[in-house]
Amino acid sequence: MTTGVVNSRRISQRTALTFLGLATAITVVPVLFIIIYTIINGGAAISWDFLTQFPSQAGRAGGILPAIIGTFYLMLGTLVFALPLGVMAGIYLTEYARDNWLTRLINLAIVNLAGVPSIVFGLFGLSVFVLAFNFGLSLLAASLTLACQALAMVITSSREAILAVPREYREGSLAIGVTKWQTVRYIVLPQALPGIITGAVLAISRAAGETAPILVVGAAFLLPKLPQSPFDQFMALSYHLYTVSAHVPNMPKETVWGVALVLLVVVLSFDMLAAAIRIKTRRRKQS
Amino acid sequence: MAMLQRQITAAVKVSETRLRQRLRLGERVIEGWIFLAGLLAIVVLLGIIFILFKEGLPIFAYTSPWEFLFGTEWCPVSDPPTFGIAPFFVSTLMITLIATVIAVPVGVACAAYLSEVAPKRVAEAIKPIVEILAGIPSVMMGFIGLALLSPLVQSAFKLNTGLCGLTAAIMLALMSLPIIVSVSEDALHAVPREFKEASYALGATKWETIWHVCIPSALSGIAAAILLGVGRAIGETMTVLMVAGGALAVPVSPTDPMTTMTAAIASGIGNAVRGGLQYQALFAVGLILFALTLTVNISAERVLERQKRKFTR
Amino acid sequence: MSINLNVSDISAKPVQKCVTKLKTERVNLYYGSFQALRNITLDISSCAITAIIGPSGCGKSSLLRLFNRMNDLIPNARVEGNVELDGIPIYDAKIDVVDLRKRVGMVFQKPNPFPMSVFENVAFGPRRHGIKSRGQLEEIVEKSLRQAALWEEVKDKLGQSALALSGGQQQRLCIARVLAVEPEVILMDEPCSSLDPVATLKIEDLMRSLSQSYTIIIVTHNMQQAARVSDMAAFLMMEPDRAGVLVEYGPTAQIFTNPKDKRTEDYITGRFG
Repeated sequence: MTTGVVNSRRISQRTALTFLGLATAITVVPVLFIIIYTIINGGAAISWDFLTQFPSQAGRAGGILPAIIGTFYLMLGTLVFALPLGVMAGIYLTEYARDNWLTRLINLAIVNLAGVPSIVFGLFGLSVFVLAFNFGLSLLAASLTLACQALAMVITSSREAILAVPREYREGSLAIGVTKWQTVRYIVLPQALPGIITGAVLAISRAAGETAPILVVGAAFLLPKLPQSPFDQFMALSYHLYTVSAHVPNMPKETVWGVALVLLVVVLSFDMLAAAIRIKTRRRKQS
Repeated sequence: MAMLQRQITAAVKVSETRLRQRLRLGERVIEGWIFLAGLLAIVVLLGIIFILFKEGLPIFAYTSPWEFLFGTEWCPVSDPPTFGIAPFFVSTLMITLIATVIAVPVGVACAAYLSEVAPKRVAEAIKPIVEILAGIPSVMMGFIGLALLSPLVQSAFKLNTGLCGLTAAIMLALMSLPIIVSVSEDALHAVPREFKEASYALGATKWETIWHVCIPSALSGIAAAILLGVGRAIGETMTVLMVAGGALAVPVSPTDPMTTMTAAIASGIGNAVRGGLQYQALFAVGLILFALTLTVNISAERVLERQKRKFTR
Repeated sequence: MSINLNVSDISAKPVQKCVTKLKTERVNLYYGSFQALRNITLDISSCAITAIIGPSGCGKSSLLRLFNRMNDLIPNARVEGNVELDGIPIYDAKIDVVDLRKRVGMVFQKPNPFPMSVFENVAFGPRRHGIKSRGQLEEIVEKSLRQAALWEEVKDKLGQSALALSGGQQQRLCIARVLAVEPEVILMDEPCSSLDPVATLKIEDLMRSLSQSYTIIIVTHNMQQAARVSDMAAFLMMEPDRAGVLVEYGPTAQIFTNPKDKRTEDYITGRFG
């Protein structure tokens, strides 16, 4: 065995591993860069007025309060529709569904629903909620549309959380003459709650960032008032960012970055909340 | 005394039974609602398919499917209006292809690094960062592409504008990375330790093991990851809407401004008269888009199933 | 008609002579196409502790679960033949399974207290059956914990999590939980196999005192325990096709000192199993 051969293998190993590390850097660095750059450039725009005033001069001055409120209304609306239905669907799939063609079809539908492009949800919401149900361009239509999009995620995370509850608890309950639903309601669901909440928080965090569906079903750029009813149109951070960055000329740079920063903070803080719940639950289970 | 006791027992049994019956009836109702909720996913999916067909199919009475799919002129406002989606289809294809070519090697390499090379603590620190990348809203990525990347592309390629397919593809590649990394990493993790140990025992280096043992074993999982990344890229709307340029001609090179199917729908639907020709045409584009992503996602799911079956004994 | 009653006014079971409490007639149990039990015919007396013994995997737990229809939880389980409680077939379509499981309670191999306080664990069953009054629940909890020989050890820590108790205490808590719903039969599936010897003896004492008021059927792979605790013993064995059959059933003393079947004798003397 000559040292030449060994050396060339070692060199190719080193180059290859360097490439792998480089690829990881390419994946990781942009994220950090984006976050830091946004904080630096947007931080200047953040002020109490920015967060609590209405926009003026077509968004070039003033604040973004209605956009923030609109986004929170959207998150709430999505939660109200997607959470109960998604959890119930998760309960059905884990506790009641049998291993037959219907269950397989439901699972297939869930997987495919998760892959539907967001603009297609927008089309669906337009045709069904805005037009057919006659809700018009509204918070209600947008919440329902985003809820449909969130459904797959909520069902999947609820299902996982419920499946994780040990079988022994269910058996112990059923074996003393407690009905299936009572077992689900008083034993399984309370145990599964942290996982369900984590999934819900992630789902509404995603809803906060969605633009394409709400573009089509009710988001507006400059509204003089906050939405007074679910049938009103609304402003939203994501749509606001889209408009001020791409469609309003002479926009002060730091205002746009400020909007981006607020959106980022909202989305990431909910993501971190979900992660915190997950970690705290895991730690409690281990003790 | 015994008779009294028997009467009491009987009375308790009656009231117990009535209470139980009321409780059971209530439970039957709840369980009925639960069943309906279970069907919801099917209902919504079928609803989407139904709506796309209902609103989109009528366009083919006006334009033949051939002209629609392969026509190169998308002019909803001309007289008569023409609806050819070749520009959108080619744009989607081009951007997706470039994004995939960029994202797959980087993503798989990153997954290999996290799974095989990085010390555990480094991997634990990096994974959340990748998840954060997954959580950045697409409008935000579009804005970053607009503000930061497109000037770079413009000067690097000496273009009139940096808003072109290439810029979009790069941002899209970034956005596909998390799913490619996470699914590939799962696949690599599933490779049995015995394979790797056998390789090391024969004197192979770490890289040789990764290249000749780990990646081939995880290949179907990696293939699924690629498909999922492709699906994500095809369906992405905001980023391409903001960054790809919005031109309606069939693109010739990646540095041309272009419009993907998703962007076409998003930008056109606001102006389209409800129920009019453009409206129908856009829904038809949605239908094709949906069929495309459905096919990709179903293939990915099938590949994942096969991978799972391979390694569960 | 409404009557205000203290549940504890009614005793668990009036003292009576021994009758057949449970019985099986030529029962076959299938999981899909696999036959787990073949042609089991058994009469369980109401005042005896009956032990089901045999080598592992021969279907003892499956047989036990016939009596409270816990096998129903397994998707492709199928029962042929007759199983009766107090003369009433329990696999009849009109039978309320939930009520059956209240009358025939079960204690599992590994103690499975709910992730709640000691009090809530015992009160869980009665609460679900409609008892809301705090006073009533407290009475039931104390009575059940006393019957399970656990009251003195936990009376000051009723609010503590049940998961903080020792293994033996948890198992007695599970027994108390079953007693709280006032069953007539208590099924015990290897209740001591995850406990230490001291805890095991405590549970065995408990079984003897409970058998005054309840019909007890215990599955055990520990022959000495069966000999110590039970009055009647049923010996199950696996045939070549892995279906379980009842080889011999009779008074424990007779099974252990003078078995009629050679297979029983081989098992008792340790030649296999």
